[in-house]
Amino acid sequence: METVIDAHDVTKIYNEKKIPVHAVNGVHLHIGRGEFIALVGPSGSGKTTLLNIIGGLDYPTTGQVIINGTNITAMSSSELINFRLHNIGFVFQSYNLIPVLTARENIEFIMLLQHTGKKQRHERVLNLLREVGLEDKINSRPGELSGGQQQRVAVARALASKPQFVLADEPTANLDSKSAANLLEIMAKLNREEGMTFVFSTHDQRVIDKARRVITLVDGKITSDEKR
Amino acid sequence: MLLRIAWRNIWRHKIRSLVVILSIAVGLWAGVFMVAFSWGMYKQYMRETVETHISHLQLHHPLFEEEDREARYVLQSAPSIQAYLDTAAGVRASTTRAVTGGMISSPTTVSGVQVNGILPERENRVTGLASRIIEGGYLNDEVRNPILIGKKLAQKLKVKLKSKVVLTFQDTSGGIVAGAFRVAGIYRSKNSSLDETSVYVHAAGLQQLLGAEGAVHEVAVLLNDDNLSEPFKHSLAVRFPDADVKTWKDLSPELELVIRSFNEYMYIFVGFILLALTFGIVNTMLMAVLERVREIGMLMAIGMSRMRVFNMILLETVYLSLVGGPLGLLAGYFTIRWTGSRGIDISLFSEGLSSYGFSSIVHPELESGYYLPLALMTMLTAIVSAIYPAIRAIRLKPGEAIRKI
Ligand SMILES: Nc1ncnc2c1ncn2[C@@H]1O[C@H](COP(=O)(O)OP(=O)(O)OP(=O)(O)O)[C@@H](O)[C@H]1O
Ligand SMILES: [Mg+2]
Repeated sequence: METVIDAHDVTKIYNEKKIPVHAVNGVHLHIGRGEFIALVGPSGSGKTTLLNIIGGLDYPTTGQVIINGTNITAMSSSELINFRLHNIGFVFQSYNLIPVLTARENIEFIMLLQHTGKKQRHERVLNLLREVGLEDKINSRPGELSGGQQQRVAVARALASKPQFVLADEPTANLDSKSAANLLEIMAKLNREEGMTFVFSTHDQRVIDKARRVITLVDGKITSDEKR
Repeated sequence: MLLRIAWRNIWRHKIRSLVVILSIAVGLWAGVFMVAFSWGMYKQYMRETVETHISHLQLHHPLFEEEDREARYVLQSAPSIQAYLDTAAGVRASTTRAVTGGMISSPTTVSGVQVNGILPERENRVTGLASRIIEGGYLNDEVRNPILIGKKLAQKLKVKLKSKVVLTFQDTSGGIVAGAFRVAGIYRSKNSSLDETSVYVHAAGLQQLLGAEGAVHEVAVLLNDDNLSEPFKHSLAVRFPDADVKTWKDLSPELELVIRSFNEYMYIFVGFILLALTFGIVNTMLMAVLERVREIGMLMAIGMSRMRVFNMILLETVYLSLVGGPLGLLAGYFTIRWTGSRGIDISLFSEGLSSYGFSSIVHPELESGYYLPLALMTMLTAIVSAIYPAIRAIRLKPGEAIRKI
């Protein structure tokens, strides 16, 4: 299996000068194309920190992250922005969408940043919204959508840029169980049908059950990594 | 798309944006109006100075001004100049004067004055002197050797109508001559220093005392339009090479200075208003950035470059000023139009001003050429004020910004 993410001995220490916190502590991780991974662990175990480092949102204190053969740890923050735009899809717990733009515009926005042509953009917006089951909400603004619908638009937006993989930090934390199940179903379908790699963190057992690989973090260390 | 986002972003907080828009508008409106008000005041002052005092053009013997207005520097071509002016197009009125410096004495006091020997009819058409008489008549021949003096001078000399005064001055050959005159009228103009130093007598009488029949020292020309001043100056200078032709700007350089310094003054004044606006805009945009930390973090996380984030914040500010600026300029324009045609009566506060020759009715006005620079200055202010908030926005670290709850 082709490796997409290769984290090598990643450590993140916050507050180095005062009371150091080892948020991530010597993590080695290989993630292959097409995986569907849940990152679990108690609160404060370092899930967000690890996802941010893998996603190029933050620098590790030591160690390296190699994405598709590129060492992103060595990049400047401006280079990272551009790298993220073209290689990584993000779904956050909340504040995913630009509130003043419609669903269509939110998805189009990232393709505009990539300078995708108009015709292609429009086709892709329609396809993606259909895949997440929101073609009728194309002209709705985030404020007019339910939390679950907003997260589905966020997933569509994450895929719009044709990334190498999608990172989702607690994407279902603010959703009721039905919407959470629905969102996971959509992500699993995109994983199955398009081979998109997903890495998501969660506390929700029902969400964990959908994953095909579960990585458990405790105190910044991987304590178990099981495939199913 | 960035344009669309920025435009919609400013309407997320309607009230807050409206406050900024309104403060830009009100600030600019007040600035434009104040500038137009003072410009109107100066313009009126200049117009009055020209129409009641110096006229658009004056012609003299080339040495007359230089040599302390000595009576021997007579403008020889005056009759042909006068004849030409009487038929030339664009001339509203013109007159000749015999002029000399001298002393006026009453039984109690002596004072230095400029003695103007005038042709009453013509003089009145050029400077409207008759209308400023407040006591007595206008060089009428009820008394022998009538003289017209200013109210201020009358008080200083402690003389009344019909009082006798004596003028002493040098004649054209350098001898000292004196003549007795009777006060036929007392005038008052808006320029009280002038009232103290200018007296008027019949030209013929003065010429006789000077020992120079028909001698003219000064030709004053009132034109139909101030814009003709410069062209007329040149054509007269060519036509009458022995005369020194000056426009009112040449004669009264301080007025010219007023016009030039007005520009600087206006930009400084508006600059202060805009500076005050800067604080308001910086504050508002900073709020707009700080309350959107997570959103901006998300935008940078998904790949929006710092440059674009920066531009977005800048654009939002530009939009605010694009709405507020024209609003203020438009309000200013109409206020100026309205008050300009009616005039604003400032007589309540104008006691002090009138002694400098300012009128008590002000007609605010501003040339249209000023509006564009003002609009651009406002835009520039908005952009400058947005820089700091925009820098704050791009300094955010996406990883941390998103965590903030
Ligand atoms: N900016 C920071 N400065 C200092 N310490 C931090 C910072 N961010 C996170 N931490 C600490 O790092 C550790 C890991 O935090 P992290 O947010 O990665 O955990 P998490 O597994 O995502 O937790 P949760 O399930 O609550 O989201 C925690 O102890 C946290 O307090
Ligand atoms: Mg977390």
